[in-house]
Amino acid sequence: MAKYLDFEEPIVKIENRIKELELIKDEAGVQEELDRLRAELQRLYREIYASLTPWQRVMLARHPDRPYTLDYIKLMTEDFIELHGDRRFGDDPAVITGLATIDGEKIILVGQEKGRTTRDKIVRNFGMMHPEGYRKALRVMKLGEKFHRPVLTLIDTPGAYPGIGAEERGQAEAIAYNLREMASLRTPIVAVVTGEGGSGGALGIGVADRVYMLENAFYSVISPEGCAAILWRDAAKAPEAAAALKITAQDLLELRVIDGIIPEPLGGAHRNPKETADNIKKVVLDAFRELKKLPPDELVRKRREKYQRMGVINIEDTQNTPN
Amino acid sequence: MIFRRKKKLKPVPPKPVPDGLWLKCDKCSNILYRKELEKNLSVCPKCGHHFRIPARRYIQILTDGFEEFDKNLSPANPLNFREYEEKLRKDQEKTGLKDAIVTGKAKIGPHTVALGVMDFFFRGGSMGSVVGEKVKRLIYYAMENNFPLIIVGASGGARMQEGILSLMQMAKTAATLAEFHENGGLFISVLTDPTMAGVMASYASLGDIIIAEPGALIGFAGPRVIQQTIKKELPPGFQRAEFMLKHGMVDIVVPRQKLKDTIVKILDFFSNEKH
Ligand SMILES: [Zn+2]
Repeated sequence: MAKYLDFEEPIVKIENRIKELELIKDEAGVQEELDRLRAELQRLYREIYASLTPWQRVMLARHPDRPYTLDYIKLMTEDFIELHGDRRFGDDPAVITGLATIDGEKIILVGQEKGRTTRDKIVRNFGMMHPEGYRKALRVMKLGEKFHRPVLTLIDTPGAYPGIGAEERGQAEAIAYNLREMASLRTPIVAVVTGEGGSGGALGIGVADRVYMLENAFYSVISPEGCAAILWRDAAKAPEAAAALKITAQDLLELRVIDGIIPEPLGGAHRNPKETADNIKKVVLDAFRELKKLPPDELVRKRREKYQRMGVINIEDTQNTPN
Repeated sequence: MIFRRKKKLKPVPPKPVPDGLWLKCDKCSNILYRKELEKNLSVCPKCGHHFRIPARRYIQILTDGFEEFDKNLSPANPLNFREYEEKLRKDQEKTGLKDAIVTGKAKIGPHTVALGVMDFFFRGGSMGSVVGEKVKRLIYYAMENNFPLIIVGASGGARMQEGILSLMQMAKTAATLAEFHENGGLFISVLTDPTMAGVMASYASLGDIIIAEPGALIGFAGPRVIQQTIKKELPPGFQRAEFMLKHGMVDIVVPRQKLKDTIVKILDFFSNEKH
């Protein structure tokens, strides 16, 4: 049984009615009613999804049926060998790493996994990584560097895990080290934010030559709830914070933080995971094809320069500033 | 991500308040004579508690000469975030700084270094575009002149009002440090109270040598966020410098009185010149 969000309700109602009518479609007048409902459904789809608020996109990005990394692995790869562990402390199930083949292209895949069932979610820690997860991700990415295989990372996390063990084992250091090493990796890296791009926890596997976001994904320095709690001492004001923080794919494209937006099927990725996976696959393979033309020195230099340009500041005329 | 303390733990303001001849130590509650405390580098003479101090004061304590860079860089409001400009203006008046870091060329004993010092009194030392850009430029300055790089951290994390651009300053500074690292540059990261979140998860963690001041809060997630998540009491001294030392995250914990001497000794060790 599919779960749905508040703003999806009118759509779900009509869809259910259509399903009922389809069982009796040979009866008089039913076909006309079906045609009318289908037209209405199309109209509603366009009306609702053409003007999603940032908060509605947050809800879609966190939709319980949204495809996760394990779904994409099934839908995108012909072959996948999962590799485990950081060879230091342990294996973090919040991130899946391995050797993937996509349309004959052999790549390293790293993706955060939230877990579908309640039990899975606990095992996967809701996609919130520990330091050993960041270290495992980097270890496997370095395999890609050594054997000239490009790296794809799939980002979907509320954030790096805030816990005692995570701090004791150097959560900050693990992320910082990944940022530096991913900025140095001599093989193409493409990152796709498929759902939630939760701050440093997302960026820790997100430094890449090309960064894309799915149409309804979001990427933010702080969760809308956290921002609202700090600014207005009221987590319920998260929808306002979601708008103020400029976290949608369109916002990030305008801020030149990402390189492109990958379209989702009408109604969101969960409405057609296969189509979503195909869209991701096409963009990623195109990007790899282009990036593989660059010699490693140039690849790394361009990647670093891209990040070094990011930010918006005022440069004052020094003559007017005596201090 | 920005770390906030409760009101009662509010840090001592950098300038003396009119009748503030005396103040109470945050830690031992002893009443201290302000002038004496300042003479003692803002370290409580009774219990050794290190009070937070502004960037300019660190520069006085650590250097024998300082030439400031990039004084003309000031924050913009790229997201048109509500009330951000007012907040910036207030902190600019309070601290005399344009943003949360001061960078420049410094003399420390016989050594010339590229020095950056963050200021917790400016928006909690948070990193937005200006902090990221000034750190990047400082790293390049160090690289071009073969100077060691020293950055004194003091930060609650990323600047929320600059949104994703603040987050990207982590990648920006780390990417620039990658180049510096490959060039064989020496980076000493000094962690003061607090150095957290976005700053700790980028350049502050990437020092060849990491020095912490006693009692400094150091980590990724704020203690309150952790407590709310795990719903358990945190162990005593959690995320403090001594705790992080024990867990292998810092090289040395050095009291403020010995900070300059220690830095000079480390610079001596790595220097190939005779002094
Ligand atoms: Zn005291």
